[in-house]
Amino acid sequence: MLEYNNKLGDIVDQCISKAKKSGATDVEVALIKNTSETVSFRNQKLDESDRAENIGLSLTAYINKKKTSVSSSNLNNENLEKLISRCIDSAKITPDDEFNSLPDKELFFKSSKELDLLDDTHIENNKKIEYLKEAEEVAFENPKIVNTNGSSFSESKTEVILGNSGGFKNGYKTSNFTAYCEVVSKSNGNMERDYEYTSKRHFENLLKPVELGSNAANFAIRKLKPQKINSGKFNVIFDKRISKNFLNYFTNAITGSSIYRGTSFLKDKLNKKIFSEKINIIDRSDIKRANGSKYFDNEGVQIQNLSLVKNGVLNDYLIDTYYGRKLNLSSNGRSGGTTNLYFENGDKNLKDLMNSNKKIFYITETIGHGTNIVTGDYSVGAAGMMIENGEFAYPVSEVTIAGNFNDMFKRIVLANDLEFNYSTNSPSMLIEDITVAGK
Amino acid sequence: MSKILKNSELDLSSANSIVSETLNKCDDGELYLEDSKSEAIVLDDNKIKSSSYNSNLGYGLRAVTGDVVAYSHSSDLTKKSLNEASKNLKSTLSSSNGTYNFEIKKTNKKYYTEQDPIEAKNFKSKIEILNQVNEYVRKKDNSVKQVTATLLGEHKSIEIIRNGGEILTDERPLVRFNVSVMLEKNGRKETAVYGIGGRQNYDAYLKETDWKNVCDEALRIASVNLNSKPAPAGEMQVVLGPGWPAILIHEAVGHGLEGDFNRKKTSAFHNLVGQRVASEGVTIIDDGTLENRRGSLSIDDEGTPTEKTVLIENGILKNFMQDRLNARLMKTKSTGNGRRESYKHVVMPRMRNTIMLNGKHTQEEMIKSVKKGIFAVSFGGGQVDITSGKFVFNCTEAYEIIDGKVGSPIKGATLIGDGPSALKEVLMVGNDMMLDPGIGTCGKAGQGVPVGVGQPSLLINKMTVGGTQL
Repeated sequence: MLEYNNKLGDIVDQCISKAKKSGATDVEVALIKNTSETVSFRNQKLDESDRAENIGLSLTAYINKKKTSVSSSNLNNENLEKLISRCIDSAKITPDDEFNSLPDKELFFKSSKELDLLDDTHIENNKKIEYLKEAEEVAFENPKIVNTNGSSFSESKTEVILGNSGGFKNGYKTSNFTAYCEVVSKSNGNMERDYEYTSKRHFENLLKPVELGSNAANFAIRKLKPQKINSGKFNVIFDKRISKNFLNYFTNAITGSSIYRGTSFLKDKLNKKIFSEKINIIDRSDIKRANGSKYFDNEGVQIQNLSLVKNGVLNDYLIDTYYGRKLNLSSNGRSGGTTNLYFENGDKNLKDLMNSNKKIFYITETIGHGTNIVTGDYSVGAAGMMIENGEFAYPVSEVTIAGNFNDMFKRIVLANDLEFNYSTNSPSMLIEDITVAGK
Repeated sequence: MSKILKNSELDLSSANSIVSETLNKCDDGELYLEDSKSEAIVLDDNKIKSSSYNSNLGYGLRAVTGDVVAYSHSSDLTKKSLNEASKNLKSTLSSSNGTYNFEIKKTNKKYYTEQDPIEAKNFKSKIEILNQVNEYVRKKDNSVKQVTATLLGEHKSIEIIRNGGEILTDERPLVRFNVSVMLEKNGRKETAVYGIGGRQNYDAYLKETDWKNVCDEALRIASVNLNSKPAPAGEMQVVLGPGWPAILIHEAVGHGLEGDFNRKKTSAFHNLVGQRVASEGVTIIDDGTLENRRGSLSIDDEGTPTEKTVLIENGILKNFMQDRLNARLMKTKSTGNGRRESYKHVVMPRMRNTIMLNGKHTQEEMIKSVKKGIFAVSFGGGQVDITSGKFVFNCTEAYEIIDGKVGSPIKGATLIGDGPSALKEVLMVGNDMMLDPGIGTCGKAGQGVPVGVGQPSLLINKMTVGGTQL
């Protein structure tokens, strides 16, 4: 049912049979072909063009319970043969791991509805430039926008083919269109930057250039002349751009590997309440045209839709074949991570959240990687706006926020403004009583 | 002679004629060829969890005119593919009328061996080392619950074919050894990572004392953190230890001094050359010429020999780091900072080994002088907003200082500061300069490149510490 290039499919078959002949008991081969064209535009003219045509093949050979992998961008026959024999040689001296194996056959992808992941449209470079020109022009209409860090438009087509000696072979094509605009605002020597970005499977679903440019400009301008506030406890609203990161922290803590290895603050929390009962988290692979949708996972396993958190209770882990065997669970198709991951809408609108206290710190940006999945500790740099009596009062920067997820998760309150713009999406989020370090 | 083309379907004379035809009306450009091999062997949870070997071959054809760059790259090293790339570049720059800039200074200096570290040590002995590491760590401390040990090796051959037939080459080895541990005691868990590496064979880093030292450090940091208390929140004095904490320098001023952001005037430093940006006594260099260091390069990815570039001298901003394009547009010369992650990426000005030189104070003096503050010894990563100048970095080992004495360990916290003003707050520069152990990777615009940092102990008057305790 899915379509892929037969010539590339033949290479996959050949590699499987070569590896088998050389002594592999099982083999898995993935081939990815990508072509892309990116145009960058800056100060009303072309800045950079980048055209790419790349192919990559990776092969994992099993000799019973021994396993090694090789990969290459060079599909020349002689090179592939050399690599396969290197792989087999290494596998022979790699120690056994009883959990190494291909997925169970009954878990392989069988069928799915059409997901409409490929838009074959080719956008000529001059069309891309027109789009970016319009976006930058709109941004520069505001005199406070004085410079640009560049805008870019990229179009890419990717083909994935996966085969293994267990009889699985399938592949499909996807497309992606991305536009990005980053501008610099200035006022009395203070410079700030901000961006807007849109990324879709289909060209027609992209933000219009006017929105891209004006959003970037408005974001950069609202940051001008920021204040560093005094340290204290604040009720904090996370803008949708930031609130979705909490889903990533959460899923990092419920992958099979972090659960099995015990390196997760959510170990032993299955079937326990970790959020308030209003919180539901879904991971769905089969949303039409969505950025995170896919037909099968990195091992060819059918991807189940998961209700990871239901009424605040942790309901499931993200499981691939290897950690599934270790944890005595079945793979749910998460080799390669989550698909379309989201918090379901809350029952308040953003305005209500903004009015929930006289003073609220509205965060539009975090900086740094201060999350610890083992302990749940969280500490990052932050910038945004102070909201007073429901209205934006002044921008804030050079502060940090800190807490622990075990406690923060339980206090998450969600707005009802969920949109599907990325592969991970969240409504705006309120958490009360967060420590902000400033002056 | 091209070693890389010898094994491909593309011959050198075709490559040369396509290069000259593509670049003859341009200001700059080259054909960049890359043949790289890499391996990763990971021990985790008492087992060799994965071993992989990767071999990559590809080219990037670049044409530059004025401030416009046209780039086309592919893993398909054939005449047909290169011709298509050339066609694409010519159509992008159809109205170009530049003067090709030929001159690249030559060097015979090499700062590392040409050997391929992957082949210099057999696979079996690599597995043995990882098993020994696992055993050693688990035996040493019974609160160890998890050990991950990783060997990463790489060998990258590059060739830069310039208009006129000149070929510049470099062979770059790179290895890294990492140990990460998780300890659990009285219901508390903490992790720590430590590693070493550089541009030599594995054996230069894996003598028994070396790998044991890496294990001991990881264990030490994790055990310190098992006893850590919540970190304070707010502005206070900070003493930084020597070595790896120099990622402060990398984030606070390094990125802001890269040529591209300054040519575009989007860096907070773009109009500050000749002005004071740091306290007296602060001198910062970016050095590509240190032997065997992770951030060193004999030539950069445009073929320019690297050098020791003075960025800040006694607190005064002296130079930016340049690649050829930004140097030409800013009417200066390349400092050999033109780097790219691989043939799939365009060249940008990037740091090499960024180092603050010694001052005259001792660490003891610094700690003694602090009434209330923190002593930060070990770090995770950092990040900077070039335009506003705000930067952060994450402590992974830190202690409180009370009345001139080092007190309890505190939990990991983010420190935030403002680049153009942070180094003006330096009160003392130490006399104990140390380079990092060889583990840094810097990310910029989606490209990761190996870098080094170094610094002596530092006392900073005021930084915001992102803890939870008010």
